Amino acid sequence: MSAVDLAEISVRELNQRLHDLAPGANETEWTISNPRGRHAIAVGLDAPANLHIDGHVGYYCGGMNKQASIQIDGNAGQGLAENIMSGTVHCTGNASQSAGASGHGGLVVVEGDASSRCGISMKGVDIVVGGSIGHFSAFMAQAGHLVVCGDAGDGLGDSIYEAFIYVGGNVGSLGADCIEKEMTDAHRQTLAELLAKAGIEDDITRFRRFGSARELYNFNIDNAGNY
Amino acid sequence: MVDERKLKRSETFPPETIAEIQRAADEGIYSIRGSGAKRRVPNFDDLILLGASMSRYPLEGYREACETNVTIGARNAKKPIELDIPITIAGMSFGALGANAKKALGLAATMMGTSTTTGDGGMTDEEREASKILVYQYLPSRYGMQPDQLRRADAIEIVVGQGAKPGGGGMLLGQKITERVANMRILPEGIDQRSACRHPDFTGPDDLQIKIQELREITDWQIPIYIKIGASRTRYDVMLAVKAGADAIVLDGMQGGTAASQDVFIEDVGIPTLPALRQAVEALQELDLHREIQLIVSGGIRTGADVAKALAMGADAVSLGMASLMALNCNAPIYIEDYEALGTKPGYCHHCHTGRCPVGVTTQDPELEARLDPEEGARRVRNYLTTLTLECQTLARACGKSHVHNLEPEDLAALTIEAAAMAGVPLAGTDWIPGHNGG
Ligand code: SF4
Repeated sequence: MSAVDLAEISVRELNQRLHDLAPGANETEWTISNPRGRHAIAVGLDAPANLHIDGHVGYYCGGMNKQASIQIDGNAGQGLAENIMSGTVHCTGNASQSAGASGHGGLVVVEGDASSRCGISMKGVDIVVGGSIGHFSAFMAQAGHLVVCGDAGDGLGDSIYEAFIYVGGNVGSLGADCIEKEMTDAHRQTLAELLAKAGIEDDITRFRRFGSARELYNFNIDNAGNY
Repeated sequence: MVDERKLKRSETFPPETIAEIQRAADEGIYSIRGSGAKRRVPNFDDLILLGASMSRYPLEGYREACETNVTIGARNAKKPIELDIPITIAGMSFGALGANAKKALGLAATMMGTSTTTGDGGMTDEEREASKILVYQYLPSRYGMQPDQLRRADAIEIVVGQGAKPGGGGMLLGQKITERVANMRILPEGIDQRSACRHPDFTGPDDLQIKIQELREITDWQIPIYIKIGASRTRYDVMLAVKAGADAIVLDGMQGGTAASQDVFIEDVGIPTLPALRQAVEALQELDLHREIQLIVSGGIRTGADVAKALAMGADAVSLGMASLMALNCNAPIYIEDYEALGTKPGYCHHCHTGRCPVGVTTQDPELEARLDPEEGARRVRNYLTTLTLECQTLARACGKSHVHNLEPEDLAALTIEAAAMAGVPLAGTDWIPGHNGG
C-alpha cells in the first residue's frame, strides 16, 4: 500500500510515480489524501493500479486513463476521466461538466449528478450516472453507453452517431437527430449489466432508450434546418 | 449578330456570381470545397527586401555561412524541438490525405531535419515511422485521440482554430470515410463526417490553461505544447494563448488551406497572414516574450522570399500546407481528363473534398493513390524545401545576415499602402507607415 499525501508532495511528483510504475509492479494499491481540488490528479495512467482518492478533485482527474481503477470519495471538477481508454473512474459525489468526454473505453461512474456535456463526443466509454445530467450531454456521441438514473437536460444526444443512451427520469428535450428507440430484452440486459458494474441499484423498467435517427449521416436538403 | 463591344459586364453580378446563385438555387446548400482563399488579399508579394548597399554590408553569397536552425518550445519542455530549417509541414490528416502523401511528407521533412504534423483522426504508424519529428494535433473532435499516440509525439499542437475557417468545425465527406478512416475515427463508414468547432472539455483560456497542465502531466513535461489559432482577433488571441501557457503559437492566416469547408467560410472569415503576423509579433513583444515563445506562421507561404519576409516580420518559422501538396503534384497538368471529370482544370482545382484527387494526394482510392509514389514524392518535397531554404538564405545574406532570424522589419518595405499598414513597414521610398505616429 502506497499512501500519498498531496499536502506533502506535488501532483507532478504523484503523477511521475504513477507513470513510472513498471508493468507487473507490486505497488498496485494507492491512497491519496488531501487532493483539495487540485487539477490533473492521476492523469495518463497506464498500469493496473487501484487508486483511492480521499476528497474532492479539480479538473481532468483520471484523464486518459488506461487500466487503472480510480475511486474518488468526493466531487470532481470539469472533464472527469476525459478520453478514458480503459479501466474505471468512479466518483462518489457530483461531477462538473464534460464528465467522460471523448472517452474511448472503460467505465466512468458518477454516483451523484453530472453537469452539462456529460459524455460529449464519447467514443466507446460506458458512463453511469446515479443522479441527473445537464444540457448538451452526449453531443456527437459516437459509441459506448450513457446511463442516467435521474433526468437529462435539454439537447440530449444532439448529432449523435452510434452511442446508446438510457434515461430513467425525464428528458428536457432531445437534440437534433436523437430519437427515442425501442427497449428490447437485449437492451434491458445491457442496462442491467452496466448498473451492476457501476454498483448502482435501480429499477430497469423505468428506463427509456435513445439513439440516432441517422438522418444527418449524409446530407439531405430536407434536413438542412437540423444542421 | 451580337456586337461584343456593347456587352456590359456587371461588376456586381459577374458570370461566376451568377453561376453561384444558380448553383445555390439548384442545390439548396452552401458549396463545400478544399484549398484556401482564392480572392486577392495583401500578401508577401506586396513587400520587398531592401538588401545591402552602402549603409549595410552583405555576406558573400557562396562562402559566408547563413544559419537556418531554430529551437521551438524550450520554455517548459525537457525535449524542445530542434529544426534544421525554419520551414515545417502543417497539420493535415490521414483521411484528408492518402497514406502515400502523408508518408512522402514525413520522409521529406525527416531528410530536411524539420517537422511534420498529424491531423484529425490521429497518428498512423506509417507517418510516425516516416517522420523523425512529428507534431501531434489535439483537435476539438478528438477523433483518433489516443494517449499512447500523444506519448509517441515530439510536440502537441492544440488546435483552437484554422485560418481557412476560424470558428468553424471540420468536415470530411462520405467519399473519404473509407473503412480504415472510419475505424480510426470510430464512425460509420461512408457518412459525411461533421466535427465540432469547440473542444469538448474546455471553453475559454482559463480552462485551456488547466488543459495544458493536464497534457504536460500526461507527457511528464517532456515535449512542447503549441496552440494553433486561425487569424482573426490575433492580438488578443496571441495574448490569451500565452496566458494559457503555450510554448509556441501556430498562426494560420486566411489563405491557409482546408480539406473541405464551406466556400463562404474560406473566402469571408478571418484576416490575411500579413496583418495577423504583425499583430502576433507585436503582442509577443508587448509581453516581452518575442523569440521566447516561438511563432510559426502559415497561410500562403510559397517561396523562399515569402519565408524570408515572414521571418523578417518576426516569425520564428513558417509552415506549409497547400504548397507542400503542390510539390507532390497537386494541380499539376497531368491526368487532365480526371480534372475534367471533376469539372475543373489543372491550376484551378480545389476538389480535395471529393476524394477524387487526380494526382493521388487527397484521396483514399487505391487506384488514384497509386499515382503518388511516396519515395518519389518525398524527393520532390525535399527538393522544394531545399529550394525555399536556399532562396531564403540568399536573401538573408544579401541583407547582411549570418542567420535567417537576423532578418528584421528594418529590411522590408511595402509596395502598397495596404501592405504598409498591415505589415507595419514603410511604403517603399518613404518613412510612412500608415497608422504609426499619427500617420
Ligand atoms: S489536385 Fe488534388 S490535392 Fe490538389 S486541389 Fe485538386 S484534389 Fe486537392
